[in-house]
Amino acid sequence: MKIAIITFPGSNCDQDCHRSIELAGGSPSYVWHRETSLRGADAVIVPGGFAHGDYLRPGAIARFSPIMDAVTAFGEEGGVVVGICNGFQVLCEAGMLPGALLRNESLSFQSHHCRLRVERTDSVFTSGYRKRQVLGMPLSHADGSYYADAGTLAVLEEERRVLFRYCDAQGNASAEANPNGSLKNIAGIVNARGNVLGMMPHPDRAIEAVLGSVDGLPFFESIVGAVAREEVA
Amino acid sequence: MMAGHAPGNGRAPGAGNPRSPATLEAPHPRPGDPAITPELVEDHGLSPDEYAQIRRIMGRQPTFTELGVFSAMWSEHCGYKNSKRLLRLLPTQAPWVIQGPGENAGVIDVGGGHALAFKIESHNHPSAVEPYQGAATGIGGILRDVFTMGARPVATLNSLHFGDLDRPRVRYLFGGVVKGIGDYGNCVGIPSAGGEVYFDRGYEDNPIVNAMCLGLMRTDDLIRGTAEGVGNTLMAVGARTGRDGIHGATFASEELSEGDDEASRPQVQVGDPFTEKLLLEASLELIASGHIVGIQDMGAAGLTSSGVEMAGRSGTGVEMDVALVPVREAGMTPYEILLSESQERMLVVAEAGKEDAVREILEKWELEAETIGSVTATGSFRVLEDGVAVADIPALPLTEGCPTYERQGEEGDEVRALRQMDIAAHTDPPAGLEDAFLRVVGSPNVASKQWVYEQYDTTVRANSIERPGGDAGVIRIPGTKRGVAASTDCNGRHTYLNPRAGAMGAVAEAARNVACTGAVPMAITNCLNFGSPLKPHIQHQFREAVLGMRDACAFLETPVTGGNVSFYNETDGKAVYPTPVIGMVGVIDDVETVVRHAFRDPGDPILLLGSNTGELGGSEYLYVLHGLVAGEPPPVDLAAERALQRCILTMAQLRLLKSAHDVASGGLAATLAECCLGRPRTGRSVGAAVNFADPLPDTALLFGEDHGRAVITCAPEDADRLLLHAENYGVPCARIGTVTEPGAPLEIETPSSRLRLEAETLRKRYYGVIPDIMNQAG
Amino acid sequence: MTRFTVEVLVTPRPGLLDPQGKAIHHALSSLGYDAVEDVRVGKAIYLEVAAATPEDARERAEEMCRKLLANPVTEDFRITAEADGTAP
Repeated sequence: MKIAIITFPGSNCDQDCHRSIELAGGSPSYVWHRETSLRGADAVIVPGGFAHGDYLRPGAIARFSPIMDAVTAFGEEGGVVVGICNGFQVLCEAGMLPGALLRNESLSFQSHHCRLRVERTDSVFTSGYRKRQVLGMPLSHADGSYYADAGTLAVLEEERRVLFRYCDAQGNASAEANPNGSLKNIAGIVNARGNVLGMMPHPDRAIEAVLGSVDGLPFFESIVGAVAREEVA
Repeated sequence: MMAGHAPGNGRAPGAGNPRSPATLEAPHPRPGDPAITPELVEDHGLSPDEYAQIRRIMGRQPTFTELGVFSAMWSEHCGYKNSKRLLRLLPTQAPWVIQGPGENAGVIDVGGGHALAFKIESHNHPSAVEPYQGAATGIGGILRDVFTMGARPVATLNSLHFGDLDRPRVRYLFGGVVKGIGDYGNCVGIPSAGGEVYFDRGYEDNPIVNAMCLGLMRTDDLIRGTAEGVGNTLMAVGARTGRDGIHGATFASEELSEGDDEASRPQVQVGDPFTEKLLLEASLELIASGHIVGIQDMGAAGLTSSGVEMAGRSGTGVEMDVALVPVREAGMTPYEILLSESQERMLVVAEAGKEDAVREILEKWELEAETIGSVTATGSFRVLEDGVAVADIPALPLTEGCPTYERQGEEGDEVRALRQMDIAAHTDPPAGLEDAFLRVVGSPNVASKQWVYEQYDTTVRANSIERPGGDAGVIRIPGTKRGVAASTDCNGRHTYLNPRAGAMGAVAEAARNVACTGAVPMAITNCLNFGSPLKPHIQHQFREAVLGMRDACAFLETPVTGGNVSFYNETDGKAVYPTPVIGMVGVIDDVETVVRHAFRDPGDPILLLGSNTGELGGSEYLYVLHGLVAGEPPPVDLAAERALQRCILTMAQLRLLKSAHDVASGGLAATLAECCLGRPRTGRSVGAAVNFADPLPDTALLFGEDHGRAVITCAPEDADRLLLHAENYGVPCARIGTVTEPGAPLEIETPSSRLRLEAETLRKRYYGVIPDIMNQAG
Repeated sequence: MTRFTVEVLVTPRPGLLDPQGKAIHHALSSLGYDAVEDVRVGKAIYLEVAAATPEDARERAEEMCRKLLANPVTEDFRITAEADGTAP
């Protein structure tokens, strides 16, 4: 299971994703943003960081990197594409996911533990979780407030495309549990076909007990598993 | 003027052609240079005697450009002229020290073939003028100091001291500094591992902003800032040179005066963390490539100090042509190019013939690298402009010849009176013990710094074992079970009242913090923030602080591997508290054994290591309840301190500890509250029932800041073993209570009082105070 | 060809929550500027563009906005072009 990790100048969670995939049993490799081919990867991760310094808008410049044509084409063909944090912002800017990520309501960078509710487990990204399981993992961003117009939001809900929602310890997606002002407490969504996911929190930083949480590991295991099954099939 | 030089236009004048000084033409004044007058010399921060010495060294009148170079190199910031003699007294050696003072950063061996590079540096003056950029560029500079040693930065810490938060300007500085640190470090992707934030009116006009960085490398990847190998090529790498921050090094060596804000603005350097991240990756790749022999940040005094220091360290000379330096603005003079402090730039010495290979690596990271000169055998720092000499100065006198002073010091009358004040008259809490307890726990110094550290990325790179909010930060060495720990400490009130005891206490506390996590304290870096050394009472403070640090570091076997001196932290003659910030690093063999500060399970016995002596001098209690900075600060018993730390380390190694937390600012009250409250968001808080038998006044017992103490817990069945281990180390140890249920109150009984502090009340005080202050308008 | 200074104003779309604008509005109110009814914060981008006519310069800037400078999901933009002007 070859999984490509796209690295832009300014990416800084590339190594965290690399290690996560290794722990989940996949084979990660880095693909520099100036390359034009995914070199036969079975899945793609766009990691967190500050691609191109987040100048102008997070993700706005990165989406024009040469590799993004290949990533877009791969996603359109149904390939599994994951954007975490800055990666989510890049995928939205690239139009692979609807909506946009705005400045946090607090106007500050926020780096702390958060809780997420798993909204569905019948996806390639969440098959390793229980329905409505409450996950704990770090988040770390300045621009994570998910926004989409009312029509888009309605479609997202109707098509059950919200995979993760911010919640409290009991699993309630309450206003208090919303760290950044995201509409409908949205923390992670997929595209219409269900093969492209973006999320703001960091499963890649929740893969070892000694780091405080292992709740991110099933995320990567789900992906590696799904890709492996596809290969066998 | 400069734009005409295409990239890679080949050899700089003198490259591979070392000439003897005799054949070189001496520099002439440039057209437009101001005449060298006594006023101009004074404006450059040089005394008439120093100028006379410059003339002797040069054998002639220096050019304007040369005067600028001397001014920067002989500033306090680069030349340590008022501190060098005393700093020589500090212990700097140990078998594990790989690189002591004098390099970009200190380096110690942390085992398993790994080395830790670390350093702390001040950015006080820039932060006072423009807090956001001042603090941001401080982070940038300290990261470069570490990665130019060949180490990948793995964590930062910050020691910040501000005035009281009831002042709008202090809130502006505090908010700006925190945002600046966050925005820069977050973008580069270096987790924050901790630090300290301290508030006291002694810092109202002059904030202290000290940034520390830890970096890891394989021991054999170490590289130094040297210009070795005559004929090797000097290359300017990274961002272009602009007119920003000219004479920052001199600026950092002068006191501010009222109204400086406006006038100082042009010197503000602007940070670009994105370029820094690229520079970091490119530098580490360059070092790994073997194409370069030396690399140094163009930090304070820019191209001048990096060029001169690299030549000085290797006993060679350098020659460079400023016309070859990539610039951001047209028409810059040699003086400006040499002294610019534009950020995110490096000076690299490439092996002759490897210039293109170097350029290729930089181009991959979308950065520039230009050949600007070469290493010579002349021993001089020679600068040309389009081939015409504009400066030619012997390098050694620039680095080593800086005049050093040790002035007569004398304790100030004011502080002596405060120190000798009878504080016993103030041991009664004005509105009862509970009120005092809540006000101490809710004072910004003691209260949670969650508002600060949640603006910093603390988890990036997935190696953060102990994050800010505990006793010390712990970062795992990637791919291993080992970890490095770090803490920064300085209680400014203690050092103000008694600089020697205070500095000793800062070392002791920093070591204790590291030990409380289960890591062995190994070495320190220091940042010495003081007022003007020309004043006898400041000279006294500095000398005493250095001596206290010397004694503590020698006794605790934590040598000094480098650091930074920041003088002239004064506004209108009023100096900050003497603030020798200690950045302590330690090593832990197995990060799974890290001990945290929070109480864990109901029923666990609570023990106190060390004895209560009730030292209220210079305490948070006196400041908050009585508005006083007075009394003799707590003395440090180094032998007892060492025994305590070794005892904790043994207990941690045997995995007997369920928690450990040192006792410091705010005394046992603060420690017990923090142990009960645990961590925000993830942790659960528990209660505790504690009973003290010490025959001390309640306030002295609960708020005394006596050194050499820690509160620990263990599983009930291990309590006797802990008592036995403590006895073996000669450390007083007493069972003082039991952890109780989540949500239960903190109950404290003393010989004369009973206190019951509800969990919710404590929580609101401890977590609420700083956000409440900062979120109010203005 | 003439050199034009093109000013691009990028603003949050109407109805979009603008926390920065809200914070500034709050600050202004607390300073006594009660007459302020709303605050929106955007950004200004200055381009030095060589073009034949101001229309041409504007058109090219518009294309840049649609492609990169503004996010159509959340932002609107306004463009003005001035010959030989200097950006403030």
